[in-house]
Amino acid sequence: MAIDADTVRKIAFLSRLKIDDDKIEDTKDEFNKILTWVEELNEVDTNGVEPLVSVNQTNLTMRNDVVTDGNQPEAVLANAPLQEYGYFAVPKVIE
Amino acid sequence: MTDLTKLTIAQALDGLKKKEFSAVELTKDYISQMEKNKYTNAYVLETPEVALKQAEISDKKYADNTPGSLEGIPMGIKDLFCTKGIRTTACSHILDGFVPQYESTVTQKLLDAGISVLGKLNMDEFAMGGSNETSYYGPVVNPWKAKNSSADLVPGGSSGGSAAAVAAQMCAGATATDTGGSIRQPSAFCGVTGIKPTYGRCSRYGIVAFASSLDQAGPIGKDVRDCAILLKTMSGHDDKDSTSARVEVPDFEKFLGQNIKGMRIGIPKEYRVDGLNKEVEKYWDEGIAMLKARGAEIVDISLPHTKYALPTYYIIAPAEASANLARYDGIRYGLRVNGEHLDNLYINTRSEGFGKEVKRRIMMGTYVLSAGYYDAYYLKAQKVRRKIVEDFQAAFEKCDLILTPTAPTPAFPIGDKSMQENPITMWLNDVFTVSISLAGLPAMSLPIGLTSDGLPLGLQVIGKAFDEGDVFKVASALEEDAKFEGVM
Repeated sequence: MAIDADTVRKIAFLSRLKIDDDKIEDTKDEFNKILTWVEELNEVDTNGVEPLVSVNQTNLTMRNDVVTDGNQPEAVLANAPLQEYGYFAVPKVIE
Repeated sequence: MTDLTKLTIAQALDGLKKKEFSAVELTKDYISQMEKNKYTNAYVLETPEVALKQAEISDKKYADNTPGSLEGIPMGIKDLFCTKGIRTTACSHILDGFVPQYESTVTQKLLDAGISVLGKLNMDEFAMGGSNETSYYGPVVNPWKAKNSSADLVPGGSSGGSAAAVAAQMCAGATATDTGGSIRQPSAFCGVTGIKPTYGRCSRYGIVAFASSLDQAGPIGKDVRDCAILLKTMSGHDDKDSTSARVEVPDFEKFLGQNIKGMRIGIPKEYRVDGLNKEVEKYWDEGIAMLKARGAEIVDISLPHTKYALPTYYIIAPAEASANLARYDGIRYGLRVNGEHLDNLYINTRSEGFGKEVKRRIMMGTYVLSAGYYDAYYLKAQKVRRKIVEDFQAAFEKCDLILTPTAPTPAFPIGDKSMQENPITMWLNDVFTVSISLAGLPAMSLPIGLTSDGLPLGLQVIGKAFDEGDVFKVASALEEDAKFEGVM
């Protein structure tokens, strides 16, 4: 499944990454090389095989739904690039 | 007393207990070794003042006869582990100035046991790379050089700083992580010893996430015993990581030097690939002969899906990475590059903050998870992953452990053209390690000898899930026979 320049732009946007126009072709070519390589997997017959999500998913246990942490607003905000009035600050999002 | 940095952790603990030297003296020696070997760029942040303060406390504990199990041992910490109050960046520009407000479970356990922290170690950005060249802080120089050459070589990756620092005696031991080979391949390239334990053996809490179903912490040390000592402290269930296993942590040290007579060692035929490096093959055969001479039974085994492990990995790992790295949005921590609207802020931040290899993998992952392609790529890879796991299950019916080379080549020069031009060529470095990661098995790399060019090669000992004990047993036998001498 070879991808085209539009797909590269779409994937870049979904990834919230910018690719300069003069880099789109190179990116596309490299992507297609990698996709051709991973498509080797089509040689493997996986009919009836259950997908494996994790090697130890059977170990997962439930815990009580209780608060174990919290009340640390200073710690939460300590690394914020911009904060105001005890909140993370972002550019205006409502027009 | 001089040369304290030459001591292994086991020897240093002995000397500290006997009060032959103090923790402060030991730490000072490592700090001067760090100064001397700055050219390696193994540390991205040095914290000598932190280490000395911790060492003073350790000396008090020795005076009070209340030392912890690693009291006074100076260690380096891979920059992927969150360390409270000490900058942690995963060697990415996007985590500029990030100072964690909490400690990773693994480093907390080590701190509780009494280590002192010399600093944060260089690595490939977000652990994505096999040569440490994707680090925002520049490559690490391997302390080994080829005979008659002054060319700087890579230390391997992603835990390149950890392996180089241990090799150059810039720490007594180091934390590292392994997603597809990131503990084992650098250990092989730098002539040191490292173990990736079973998935779930160590808590991932506070380790910057790359591919959550594969990431595992482990130690890199000067020898097999040091790895056993460190792993024991690093292991154990943690309520903060639901994938950390509720299994007992054995005293790994007690397996060292045990008789291996009658153990069945599997040799997978698929690893003897066409064009396998002759010296790699020679040392593999020597390793087999060493185990045979000790009475182990050598068994031919087959892992038929080996050739599909890398493509499987390069679907699953980027998919998980694209999800994990979605959190870097410029809002809560790290770099922010402003934009007119929120989306521009995200795009500007991420485009400037991530390096080339990380962007490549985020986009790959986004693509294989996107509507219309999910089944063809991601689901397919998860199915092949199960086939790979089943390969190992079938093999372990016939053998107790598997022995392979760690990496297909010795360390290569920094800036190697073929690796830079084609990402797949770089990814092939993990050809012998990646299927073990997909299967979640424990595997150790230990140095076995030098190439004719004088560069170290490693062998990999692979065990059944949660059977690190047998891995240590066989690795210690190989270590004793190989008589490998480090670079320093």
